[in-house]
Amino acid sequence: MHTMAEITTAKPLLPDGLVAIVKEDCPTCVLVAPVLADLADRASMTTITQDNAAFPQAADWVVHDHDLAYSWFHDIDTVPTLLRVVDGEPTERLEGWKRDDWEAFTGINDLGADLPDWRPGCGSLSVDPNRTDELAVRFSGSTMCSRRVEIAALEDEWEALYDRDWSDGLPVVPPTEARVLRMLEGTTRAPDEIVAVVPPDLADVTVEKIAINAVMAGCRPDYLPVVIAAVEAICTDDFNMHGVLATTMDVGPIIIVNGPIAREIGMNSGGNVLGQGNRANATIGRAVQLVVRNVGGGKPGGVDRSAHGSPHKIGLAFAEDEVGSPWTSLAESRGFDADQSTVTVWCGGGPQVFVDQLSRTPESLTKHFANSLKTNLAPKMAMMETLLVIGPEHMSRFRDAGWDRARFLAELDSHLQLDTDDLIRGADGIDEGLPEAFAGNTIGKFWPGGIHVVHAGGATGLFSMAFSGWVPPPKGSVCTTKEITR
Amino acid sequence: MTTVLDPTSESRPEQRELVPRPESLDGLTIGLLDISKPRGDVFLDRVEEKLTGLGASVTRFMKPTFAKPAPVDLRHEIATSCDAVIEALAD
Repeated sequence: MHTMAEITTAKPLLPDGLVAIVKEDCPTCVLVAPVLADLADRASMTTITQDNAAFPQAADWVVHDHDLAYSWFHDIDTVPTLLRVVDGEPTERLEGWKRDDWEAFTGINDLGADLPDWRPGCGSLSVDPNRTDELAVRFSGSTMCSRRVEIAALEDEWEALYDRDWSDGLPVVPPTEARVLRMLEGTTRAPDEIVAVVPPDLADVTVEKIAINAVMAGCRPDYLPVVIAAVEAICTDDFNMHGVLATTMDVGPIIIVNGPIAREIGMNSGGNVLGQGNRANATIGRAVQLVVRNVGGGKPGGVDRSAHGSPHKIGLAFAEDEVGSPWTSLAESRGFDADQSTVTVWCGGGPQVFVDQLSRTPESLTKHFANSLKTNLAPKMAMMETLLVIGPEHMSRFRDAGWDRARFLAELDSHLQLDTDDLIRGADGIDEGLPEAFAGNTIGKFWPGGIHVVHAGGATGLFSMAFSGWVPPPKGSVCTTKEITR
Repeated sequence: MTTVLDPTSESRPEQRELVPRPESLDGLTIGLLDISKPRGDVFLDRVEEKLTGLGASVTRFMKPTFAKPAPVDLRHEIATSCDAVIEALAD
């Protein structure tokens, strides 16, 4: 059953002059009740009551804030609050009870002569944690324009989301209005801003739709800017999300986060970096894939024609360990500054571990790594693309010897120039291979620029990881970096 | 009762009518789209022979890469110059 949002509440104007905001459930408000009546009489003050409509008394100077709209829209944190109102808007405010301040504020002397000089106020009902979600929906929900879907009382809300085919197979968090509003607080961008056009349906995706899917994936609001930037990146013509989805190969978007935001939101760049256990890593990639599924309409068996898929197609995002790296980061190598937060998306298949526990020199380690990479995708494949995740213990070999990123890449590539006679069709009794015309030459295992390197992983373990790629640029997918803005 | 927000594009698929099936191929222009997979041309050469034998005229097209959807201009050219199109996937 679908219904459109019906609740729209405009900001109410306050009565001009002096206004007090109070609630009966506040000992200080009860204490100053005689003063409120006195000021109504001597200064024509209006009292706005949050709870009991007849507090401090049933009178024409008492107004009931029955839906808390006055308190919500005029940012009342404390009761009692005194306001000076001009043209419906407060120009000055005073919180709690302090006789001297009240007398100065109102210009009326001898207020509450029997009362103590000072008492602090209480929290306003409009900031009560049990009410803020409901109030946010009541007063801000109209800024969201997505269709409201009602889940009947007898339906299990988690099962209901499966039934609507909105899940990647794991449970999704029900995207209630309150949760989506909280998610939207993670960005300064307007909910209705169009971020990208999502393949394969070529559907416009707004900040709001991304926020809904981020809620479902389990993101926290401070992850939202990363998800938005990643959606923007995969929906470029360069990245070619349609092809990445439609291919029969095992690939999906791999999301690498660089810069301060990775540390601020607690992304993992250390132990088990490509695995489970970190909320940001686990949910950011998942949110991006849910956008492709739900907004773009890209589902397995539909436009997603992958023969095997890959575990990481549920979503894969991780951060580079920049603090522990002797090298410039992936983002810096792609022209961004170290203080910029960026997301880099690369199309890759499953990762393979590279084990070397005995090399003590960078030369030995690099040559062994190259030998391992010759089987990337398959030994007969050339001019491919890869993403290497170098572990800290392997990186220490390069640090100790003073090798930088460029030196490593040059040395690695020198070991990856392959004899085409070994790669042509029929060579070594294997039908697969390069066309005959390639014989008698050398060819790179990876195209120039086709090796992407990041530093990440646990402090202990002489391992690195290598992802296999897909159809290299410009025909397939181009590795794409976007700056993350809040 | 819980109310949730629709995470989809909210676009309902339009029902699209199929073009009527031609009675015969005689005099029709058939487009053959090679998607640039290896040996797609071998397959389409044979299809072209068969079609011309049935009286159709054949126009050949090729996508720049099998990895991306056909460019808009190419789709437009096929749609405006052919009565029907056959797309070849080969490996």
